[in-house]
Amino acid sequence: MDTSALRESATFDRATIRRIQQAAETGVYHIRGWGAKRPLPHFDDLLFLGASMSRYPLEGYREACGTDVVLGDRHASKPLHLDIPVTIAGMSFGALSANAKEALGRGASEAGTSTTTGDGGMTPEERGHSRHLVYQYLPSRYGMNPDDLRKADAIEVVLGQGAKPGGGGMLLGQKITERVAGMRTLPVGIDQRSPSRHPDWTGPDDLTIKIAELREITDWEKPIFVKIGASRPYYDTSLAVKAGADVVVLDGMQGGTAATQEVFIEHVGIPILAAIPMAVEALQELGVHRQVQLIVSGGIRTGADVAKALALGADAVSIGTAALIALGDNSPQFADEYEKIGSAPGFYDDFQDGRDPAGISTQDPELMARLDPIEGGRRIANYLRVLTLEAQTIARACGKSHVRNLEPEDLVALTLESAAMARVPLAGTNWIPGTEL
Amino acid sequence: MDVLEETVVDLASTPVRELNKALHEAEPGSRWRVENPRGAHNVAVGIHEDIRVTVEGHVGYFAAGMHQKGWLEIVGNAGTGLAENIMSGTVHVTGSTSQSTGATGHGGLIVVDGSTGARCGIAMKGVDIVVGGDIGHMSAFMAQAGRLVVCGDAGEALGDSIYEARIYVKGTVASLGADCIEKPMRDEHLAELGDLLAAAGRSDDPADFRRYGSARTLYHFHSHNTY
Ligand SMILES: Cc1cc2nc3c(=O)[nH]c(=O)nc-3n(C[C@H](O)[C@H](O)[C@H](O)COP(=O)(O)O)c2cc1C
Repeated sequence: MDTSALRESATFDRATIRRIQQAAETGVYHIRGWGAKRPLPHFDDLLFLGASMSRYPLEGYREACGTDVVLGDRHASKPLHLDIPVTIAGMSFGALSANAKEALGRGASEAGTSTTTGDGGMTPEERGHSRHLVYQYLPSRYGMNPDDLRKADAIEVVLGQGAKPGGGGMLLGQKITERVAGMRTLPVGIDQRSPSRHPDWTGPDDLTIKIAELREITDWEKPIFVKIGASRPYYDTSLAVKAGADVVVLDGMQGGTAATQEVFIEHVGIPILAAIPMAVEALQELGVHRQVQLIVSGGIRTGADVAKALALGADAVSIGTAALIALGDNSPQFADEYEKIGSAPGFYDDFQDGRDPAGISTQDPELMARLDPIEGGRRIANYLRVLTLEAQTIARACGKSHVRNLEPEDLVALTLESAAMARVPLAGTNWIPGTEL
Repeated sequence: MDVLEETVVDLASTPVRELNKALHEAEPGSRWRVENPRGAHNVAVGIHEDIRVTVEGHVGYFAAGMHQKGWLEIVGNAGTGLAENIMSGTVHVTGSTSQSTGATGHGGLIVVDGSTGARCGIAMKGVDIVVGGDIGHMSAFMAQAGRLVVCGDAGEALGDSIYEARIYVKGTVASLGADCIEKPMRDEHLAELGDLLAAAGRSDDPADFRRYGSARTLYHFHSHNTY
């Protein structure tokens, strides 16, 4: 058969057609993991200029290029001191297996950085294997207890996530095993929904009191982070600072999730590239840029992404999806098994479904056992090292003795969109769209 | 009341931060009296020793937040989020409370002699709450476990999206929320309600109450539920 004249519709592509068919068959919307999959303006649309006649590079393998970062020294008596500006994002035990959580803790600790709990509480394995552990304080308050709060190294009040700003969480019944259910005080096997609003406060004035409460309970020791999904980052950052946050965590729309409606993932929120300059503007206007630290996430993959995020004004980045890939997610090693569940390496995003062949987003004991937490930890540490070395390589080339010294002036943009969003000039011009020439 | 040694903290002259720090370092069994709270927020939060605290006056948000042990009484009214995420122990308010009383509480007992605002017992996870008066709308929203006893009336959308918590109401219920239904009062319910009322120092007759809980139709996603 000659198929050369068959033409796929750009509007109704095959995946779209299949979604319509599935909706018609089942009456249920599509829920999946991962983050936004459509093309979006991203860090790839930016380039570093590198040193030249007017700038001195640092000697690649000789001259020091610092990577450490202090998070939360505004009000907390015990801020976090991290060796590298790449942290592991909050991913719940429940969404991830206990082995995966342990591996993340081990890897982060080896690399000198922090890891984060998630919507489901703190496990002893995770606490035990994490040198720096950030404890999430979420609307659901699953497993929330003051002992764990005091055991944490920092507290992250979660208002939203880039994959679903304004949405609550979900965890499908396949993953609500006895242990997960016990930690969340829920019946085993139900499709769990987490609320989208905190139960005991609404709005920035209440948040101010809530943050004060968390500080009071922990005797003003712990840095308090506020995590927001990128939608109105200028206002949200301003209000978080006013409410007393030590650190603002900003997650763009590419940010991963364990289970969210696809319509939410692809259509709500803004890309991290657009969000960072707005948050930085808010911090600068309030005179607290670098005093209230900014951690950004959503599609960080390489040391170039790390360097670009820092150059735009972030103090650190956070990784979720990439950490799972480093652990073995989407590995060709499991090609046959992905096929059995209707997927393939490079496409697998059914984190909600609990049948992850790599043993990461599952609570099935057999699948989980495939992930060795020690080997997993080694892989995470390796990957974090590569991200750091790559970011240092770029920073040295730009003449910076510390990655935090990267600045917007080091960047140009490849497209009009990214120039306007990142507020750096279009390559080859002095033009930043949206500003006067 | 006996005149055992009691430490008095006057919030007119002592910052809340000092009060909380002192309570965190308190000897088990010690007694405390807090005066002039004047609506301050975060009074007596994070208590984790078996101590007795009396607060003389009205308090603001999150009083007794994350209470873990011991007995705390507020002689007055309390603001939003009284005893939020309480783990165990007892918190007693002689007046009324605002919204989100006992939100996400995991255990222990909260007694409010007066009434509460909206969202009483929201997302409760094992706490017992006994309210002498009425409760506001959306109370026991997504309530997971524990028992909520209301000796007065309940506002609209009681127990919306409720999981396994049990609600007992003596007066009227303005409306039930999604998936919350009336359930029969069996002997074990009369018995547990009797115990709760007694623990709260009340003399109401369990036989005058009705019980509400989850119809469990929202436990699994399917095409006919609304989220
Ligand atoms: C499997 C998985 C589970 C997650 N669980 C949570 C969570 O419990 N709480 C939260 O705030 N964010 C959660 N997130 C979002 C991450 O914290 C982070 O914002 C996001 O993954 C960053 O984007 P990236 O995946 O592109 O690196 C989760 C993400 C993934 C992939």
